[in-house]
Amino acid sequence: MKSYPITIKPFGERAVLIEWPNKVEESILTDILDFMDAFKQRKLQGWEMSVAYNSLTMVYNEDHLDFEEIKKLALDCHAEQVSPAIKRKRHLWTIPVCYDLEFGIDIEEVSKTLDLSVEELILQHTSHQYVVYGIGFLPGFMYLGGLPPSLEIPRRAEPRLEVVKGSVGLAAKQTGIYPQDSPGGWNIIGNCPVTLFDPNAKEPCFVKVGDKIQFEKISKAAYELHKIEGEVGIYKPEKVALDA
Amino acid sequence: MLKVLKSGFFATIQDLGRFGYRDIGVPISGAMDVLSVKKANLLLENDPNAAVMEITMTGPTLQFDEPTYICLSGAHIAATLNNQPIENYQVVKVDKGDILSYGRLDDGFRGYLAVKGGFQTDMVMGSRSQYVPVTKKKRLKDGDEVKYGKMLAYSPIISEVKIEEHFHKNYLEVYKGPEFSILSDAQLTEIFTKTFTVSKENNRMAYQLSETIVGHSHSMLTSGTLPGTVQFTPAGKLIVLMKDGQTTGGYPRILQLSEASICVLAQKKSGDKLSFKLV
Repeated sequence: MKSYPITIKPFGERAVLIEWPNKVEESILTDILDFMDAFKQRKLQGWEMSVAYNSLTMVYNEDHLDFEEIKKLALDCHAEQVSPAIKRKRHLWTIPVCYDLEFGIDIEEVSKTLDLSVEELILQHTSHQYVVYGIGFLPGFMYLGGLPPSLEIPRRAEPRLEVVKGSVGLAAKQTGIYPQDSPGGWNIIGNCPVTLFDPNAKEPCFVKVGDKIQFEKISKAAYELHKIEGEVGIYKPEKVALDA
Repeated sequence: MLKVLKSGFFATIQDLGRFGYRDIGVPISGAMDVLSVKKANLLLENDPNAAVMEITMTGPTLQFDEPTYICLSGAHIAATLNNQPIENYQVVKVDKGDILSYGRLDDGFRGYLAVKGGFQTDMVMGSRSQYVPVTKKKRLKDGDEVKYGKMLAYSPIISEVKIEEHFHKNYLEVYKGPEFSILSDAQLTEIFTKTFTVSKENNRMAYQLSETIVGHSHSMLTSGTLPGTVQFTPAGKLIVLMKDGQTTGGYPRILQLSEASICVLAQKKSGDKLSFKLV
């Protein structure tokens, strides 16, 4: 039995949307991941699932989707007790960030607005674990939850036309990393040398929904080193298994 | 090789799409008007997923360096092979050195060039569809060369068909989207009685409509989006996500286009008029 009720809605001809209570909570995310594990156990072909906070979008790439049939199946999966053996392993990743002014182009302004010293801001940003509640918007872009309220800052009034790849930003209740050059309105406080999306890798995105991220402050020299190591494929961030 | 002498406004290689990576934020991509692509591939007796060239608005100039057979479909962009007009939905033999060029856009917005066996560009994450950062290049450029297989002799089962185009419609069939219920009676009336105009902001990611309706203040957590999802901004703008559209979004998803209507919209251009019909 899962702890939260769900609603199941049709979403066009090829998809259904399953929604959990409208809140950002790790226990809800765990419920969604358990649901996915139960569904995957059935080894049905043609399905893609994507999680975002409290919802799961299930897309069927084959011919015709019978909504009533899938609704029944979803309710079965939701009611199922998932054995620990089939649960997907979750990890805590340590992600290096260089907060030097060269990269953290807004960090001084942000520290003034938040009334924190730059050092205190970095300390707070690096001392929390953030939950990956979804991956979307851009390939490899993680929706991270768990930002301390003291780091909440509105997005910039004017978005930038180009924010460089790896930029680490703050916006409202979120912190995140731009996986590629992109327009964006977040306040940039540093840069991460790790490639978060590599189409040629066996796993193009090593982080999975449900994992956690902790940032680690690194020097410019370490940043350059990780960048080169990454390009030749010998660097991967540290990870430890999380107990489910 | 097919040599791109001039690339035209916006031409890309597309198949039916890149499936299985939505969970890491990778859009489906693939041809905007899959119905046109399927027809051309069917005439050439290709696999339905064989890669084609998607040609937007103005056509490229292309030179073939191996004999093969081609078929055009979708938008009508007055095509000629060595200056002789060729029609859509006709299997045409091409020889080494032949030049395919395009003239005026008469009908629709996206034309397709299918080649016997499909274009053989690199397959990245299960698809040949061009989408940055999955593929290195966003579109074809002057001087690019696109691989295809040589075909000396082939006799098609059907060499030509007359087709009533599926995109000659001025309405889009829609289903209720996940946030349909936030719409007031006044908003519903506007959506289903108004004629909307395709704005200049239209591309493979999304089509914005020019007219706005009464806005809203509904806030929601970011959730999944699909090609054909109609997003409704607080200011009352309607944005229809298309094949390269983002996989998640934070605007209410009030409507969802039918698969066939995505193909209709793919053939509309800035200034074209549309209405919505609930199925």
